[in-house]
Amino acid sequence: MAVKVLERRPLSFWERTYLPQILGGLKVTWQNILRPSVTLQYPEERPVIPSGYRGVPTLVRDPNGREKCVSCQLCEFVCPPKAIRITPGEIPAGADTAHVEKAPREFDINMLRCIYCGLCQEVCPEEAIWLQGQYSMVGRTREEMVNNKARLYELGGTLPDSHLKWDHKRDEAGRQAGGHH
Amino acid sequence: MVTDNKPNLVTVNIDGVEHQLPAGANLVDALASVGKEVPHYCYHPKLSVAGNCRMCLVELGSPLRDRATGEVVMENGKPKVGWQPKPAIACASTVTPGLHIRLDSPAVKSCREGVTELLLINHPLDCPICDQAGECKLQEYSAQYGRGYSRYIDEKNAKPKRTRLGPRVTLDDERCILCSRCVRFCNEVAGDPVLGFVNRGSYNTLTCYPGRELANNYSLNTVDICPVGALTSTDFRFRMRVWFLKQTPSVDTESSAGVNTTVWSREGKVHRVTPRRNDAVNETWMADSGRELFKSGESADRLRAARIRGAEADLGAALALAAEILRAGPLAIVGSGHQSLEEQRLLARLAKAAGARTYVPARRGAGDGLLVSEDRTPNFRGALLAGLTDREADRDLAALRAEIETGRVRSLLVCREEVASLGLDAATLAKVRLVTLGTHLDAASAAAEVALPGLTVFERSGHFVNCQFRLQSFLQAIPGPAGARPDAEILGRLLGAVEGRAVAFDAGAVWQELAASQPALAGLAAGRVPAEGVLLDGSAWRHLPFPERKLLKFAAQA
Repeated sequence: MAVKVLERRPLSFWERTYLPQILGGLKVTWQNILRPSVTLQYPEERPVIPSGYRGVPTLVRDPNGREKCVSCQLCEFVCPPKAIRITPGEIPAGADTAHVEKAPREFDINMLRCIYCGLCQEVCPEEAIWLQGQYSMVGRTREEMVNNKARLYELGGTLPDSHLKWDHKRDEAGRQAGGHH
Repeated sequence: MVTDNKPNLVTVNIDGVEHQLPAGANLVDALASVGKEVPHYCYHPKLSVAGNCRMCLVELGSPLRDRATGEVVMENGKPKVGWQPKPAIACASTVTPGLHIRLDSPAVKSCREGVTELLLINHPLDCPICDQAGECKLQEYSAQYGRGYSRYIDEKNAKPKRTRLGPRVTLDDERCILCSRCVRFCNEVAGDPVLGFVNRGSYNTLTCYPGRELANNYSLNTVDICPVGALTSTDFRFRMRVWFLKQTPSVDTESSAGVNTTVWSREGKVHRVTPRRNDAVNETWMADSGRELFKSGESADRLRAARIRGAEADLGAALALAAEILRAGPLAIVGSGHQSLEEQRLLARLAKAAGARTYVPARRGAGDGLLVSEDRTPNFRGALLAGLTDREADRDLAALRAEIETGRVRSLLVCREEVASLGLDAATLAKVRLVTLGTHLDAASAAAEVALPGLTVFERSGHFVNCQFRLQSFLQAIPGPAGARPDAEILGRLLGAVEGRAVAFDAGAVWQELAASQPALAGLAAGRVPAEGVLLDGSAWRHLPFPERKLLKFAAQA
């Protein structure tokens, strides 16, 4: 392959002094030194998290305090990095939420595996798992980086629910038992 | 009806394409055999036709004939088809010559949409908590043939949920689509007619006869055939989602019936065992008692490592000591109908090499005439084929006991048998150098000089020969305990130590030797046994008094 040699243009007098370039750089420096500071003093200061942010996945309760997860294991199935591990269990017959029948006995999300994709939230038929504003997960051991069921509910809190599907179902069953049809 | 083995094939036109189908065959099955699915809920190939779900509606027609002459009416060079004015259910129709079927006409599609919509009116939105999700016909057909949205605005019916129907079956009436498969199964197969429908219209409810419960030993088959999640197994309830489970073909070890099974496991743990269809053995059924056998593999008394005089030891050291005991002799061997054919062959060769007399104890129980036989070992016929024994199974081990007491037997190898119940008590066992190979700790393995760990039927592969002399294979579903080796390897190494040369114990080599030595197995090889099994020639052992009388697909010859 032929090589084409380009002649470099010789530097002018002012270019040889470097002064215009130094002054140009200093101009940028002085402009910014006089602007108000925009650096966030993390971790003392925290950013405002916009709604819809996909942070750490959490489990939520409905406004009546019922745990919404019924351990259908769809999130465990869809999770690409296999971060979720659920042990399903039965709600005993005498409990307040016995009409739901099923709830997770254990629910672990390994945050060392989680890739914050949000598929678990998307697939959940009960709107029980949400990626919320929490974005910082730290721990000194691998075990600390696995969120268990108690921790997931602590992080998730309560979210509004417009359906209250299971409570509606229970109430309707009660009405029909009273002779409605 | 077709009586000979050659089906009388006739031409049938399906959606304009001609197919050859056996005359008289049920239309749903015949169409399935050429890859045409007719959705159905209530039809089951092994039960009577009820025709109540209406999901299998298709359009049927046949060539028109002139009433005066009887000639086929032709139109544009083809026979003119007279279509029935209304759709008909495929499950109650049979294949007839010249039959025309429309499977995806607008009318058929609208029938399926209508049936699905009506079924979904009162079906609860329980899929997230329903164990049937993933293997639910209603779920599948709603996605495939349904409308996709609901026009129903009223409240759904409320019916009893979480009802105990029997010791092993839980009923959710809201999910029931009233197909009556379970009712027909109990009436026709189990012979325990306890289920039925009560009330009318949308109050129609599946229930048990007052004061009775669904407690027969075949009750879990109703769970298998339930197309929705109405009947669920109390044991498997909420245990694991079916889409996580790996399916492995296996054989039930409960009895010599040789019921074909599917083992459902995830990550080295068996979660359930269900029947696998084999029309020559168990059709699509299985006894409840055989479904719980997998639990013993996880029990606390499981022998998970080799033991030398009761202390856990390295398998290699245990094998070396066992070989020394076997060589010391004089040796006797207790084999088992729980061993696979391959293991029995290796054991028979070991007995021959060591000059040992062999015993195969009888394990008897009451037969139920269906799928639990009198011989409660899966593979006693295998012991005959392998040459491990040539006589009836031993009712007790009194003869062996006498040999031990008189000192004619000084070392004993016990494989997969709990010998304490057969007349060999601790005092007798103390007089021999004892080597055991088994899955669980019992009196004998606890007292043994060497106890070798065995694998359960779920942890190893092999072959069983059932009471029909049908050779059937089972495959490994889960790994065994860490460090444990397949029984065939342990026996192969012991055989090698006794013979003083390396013995190949892989399935291929054992089968080569088996096929060469046993005429009934000639031409067979490992991995070549089809799913329905191979019927072997057992006439050489016809004179033996086998205990089995009658099963679903077996009758003792007089």
